[in-house]
Amino acid sequence: MFAERSPFGFGYGGKILRVNLSNGKITTEPLPGKLVRDYLGGRGFAARILYDELKPGIDPMGPDNKVLIASGPLAGLFLPAGGKITFAAKSPATNSYGDSNMGGHLAAEVKYAGYDVIIIEGAAAQPVYLYINNDKVEIRDAAKYWGQGAIITEDMLKNDLGREFEIATIGPAGENKIKFACISHDFGRQAGRTGIGAVMGSKNLKAVAVKGTKSLKVADPDKLLEIGKQAFADCFKHTGWKQWVAQGTAGVTVWSNQQGSFPTRNFQSGSLKGYENISGDELVKQTLVNHKACFGCPCACGKYAKTVRNNKDYYVEGPEYETAALIGGDCAIGNMADLTYANYICDELGIDTISGGSVVAFAMECYEKGIITKKDTGGMDWKFGSIEAFDKIINMIARRQGIGNLLADGVKIASEKLGKGSEKFAMQVKGLEISGYESRNAPAMMLAYMTCDIGAHHNRAWAITHDIQVGRDIIEGKAKKVVELQHIRPIFDMVGCCRLQWVELELKLDYYPQLLKAATGLDFTWDEMLKASERVWNLTRLFLIKEHTQTFGRQFDYPPARWYEETVVNGPTKGSIISKANIDILLDEYYNVRGWDKNGKPTPEKLKELGL
Amino acid sequence: MYLDADSSKCTGCRVCLTVCSLYHFKEVNPKKAALAVDAKFPKPGHYEVRVCNQCGTCASVCPVEAISEKSGIYIIDADKCTGCGECVKACPTQVMFLHEDSPVPIKCDLCKECIPLCGTKVLFLKD
Ligand code: SF4
Ligand code: SF4
Repeated sequence: MFAERSPFGFGYGGKILRVNLSNGKITTEPLPGKLVRDYLGGRGFAARILYDELKPGIDPMGPDNKVLIASGPLAGLFLPAGGKITFAAKSPATNSYGDSNMGGHLAAEVKYAGYDVIIIEGAAAQPVYLYINNDKVEIRDAAKYWGQGAIITEDMLKNDLGREFEIATIGPAGENKIKFACISHDFGRQAGRTGIGAVMGSKNLKAVAVKGTKSLKVADPDKLLEIGKQAFADCFKHTGWKQWVAQGTAGVTVWSNQQGSFPTRNFQSGSLKGYENISGDELVKQTLVNHKACFGCPCACGKYAKTVRNNKDYYVEGPEYETAALIGGDCAIGNMADLTYANYICDELGIDTISGGSVVAFAMECYEKGIITKKDTGGMDWKFGSIEAFDKIINMIARRQGIGNLLADGVKIASEKLGKGSEKFAMQVKGLEISGYESRNAPAMMLAYMTCDIGAHHNRAWAITHDIQVGRDIIEGKAKKVVELQHIRPIFDMVGCCRLQWVELELKLDYYPQLLKAATGLDFTWDEMLKASERVWNLTRLFLIKEHTQTFGRQFDYPPARWYEETVVNGPTKGSIISKANIDILLDEYYNVRGWDKNGKPTPEKLKELGL
Repeated sequence: MYLDADSSKCTGCRVCLTVCSLYHFKEVNPKKAALAVDAKFPKPGHYEVRVCNQCGTCASVCPVEAISEKSGIYIIDADKCTGCGECVKACPTQVMFLHEDSPVPIKCDLCKECIPLCGTKVLFLKD
């Protein structure tokens, strides 16, 4: 499979940086060849290292957990959208492997500093930040930044260190160990999911600041220049390019509402009345300041926006589709000004807008049903659609005040404590809140949520388009498509690229092995890349099993009861529901396609085939 | 003829910088490019692109006359250049760079590689 020459001189940074916050030890290790061969990079590196280094049963918020920042071999290079980096840790939301992929410019900078992976272990006694300037790495005092919002902190650190530093930081939510605290970067990019911001907070780690000035050498510069140019040209000439740059993911809002797949009022409905008011068109008309791209991206989806509230200007990147779905739809915040402001509050507090929106929506429904009362809200009306209520709830969560303390653990734990049937509408799988697709009439999408290895997230398999193409009622055959997507899409997280050029601009998948070869000299076929991706998927499954040896079973893959006990109350999918029996058929098929047993455990044969 | 930029359309992708370094140095490093992109965030929230307009200030300040003009483009003669950095200091748009890897300042030679790679057409030629 490999060319003769050493793989590490090209494409990769070549080193793992290890920082122990408990004892202050900072070391580097060469990137092991076997890791490269079997796991490629990014999410692959993170899964393998965490599986090997974390003892089962450790407290995700304790010093034994580790935060990994892992880039991939294509990050930082001349090719479309090599700007993605993976943050990973044992997730406080799921108590299993958690990762979250972030755009912006950090991935490239980490590579230019000479690293592929940064492993942060232990915990500092006082607030600190990690300073990385090429080979100079220091653990520095962060007292002056602690307590500050994420946007302000990034600005302060850039002022103090130099604007060229790339910063990843947490806000107050991470400091207070909110289980859906995110990590923020580039004034609007987040590693949003699985609560890794809380893990940083538990380590007293406010931020990571990186500057790299080294060059990335590549195996075949002329070839990279040639293929890179072709790939960019393909992106620019695609008919979807213009619309994508114009609105980014916000362009999906109208479509999703028309499909009845827009989570609305805590997934009671699939379409928001007046959704036109939070469409991509309205974003462009009302709030857009500038288009904003991640490193190397030919089709900037970032929409930097401004809104004015009580005579004050608020700047924020977004709201992108997921924010529109979980705050605009799920909390029914149905106008652009309020939605943009809500986005700003979450970004400044350092809260994932997906889980954050879902938790607020859950609280609003609890209030609607009398499970949360005026005693808990301090007399305030926590009704759907109220930006004042959203503001109050999210701030109580971020500071763990009153009932906010309970909500700060996510809808699964909150509903277990609140009881009164609220478990049924706690919209999560494995402890992670469901992202932006109502799926009762989209079995492939539902299965994607049920089986996603980090909990209910859409990025591993955006299967709803498949449901629409082949028939939404069909159950049989959907598992095969979900597995196929679950192997393709994480490859982008492994090599360090954005997937949207493939998804939205149909950039050919053939490019990736070619780019990998030109960059690193390594000869991977696309099938070998898929195998590596499947290996990672099975490894994260083993992680889940290892953490839950006594209780593990297919119940881990069930969706919340709302999806099989209640019908959609409104919109184009009104009345739709999926039966428990069909959910089991989906799972049986899925396990079968994967080579897992009836309980969802990988069979010994499968593990052997993957070399695990 | 020289390179000009309409910053209002810039998305901050830095593709122009990566292709510049790959084309000239056969490696990727945006800090070894002959143009620059400044991010103005969180406020007012846009990018500023700086490019070389071949004004010739560099040539006029070079103490060893290592920079000369040919068809309107100023080029550094690597053999004559002592790496003193006077031109870098004098450049009115601050688009000449010293990098630890390179004994000679990095300067735009109007190769035009960056122009078609900017999707939003920030970069263009001006007479
Ligand atoms: S499409 Fe969006 S997320 Fe992907 S690289 Fe471009 S700007 Fe970043
Ligand atoms: S390629 Fe164009 S949009 Fe991208 S940074 Fe350069 S000037 Fe800006």
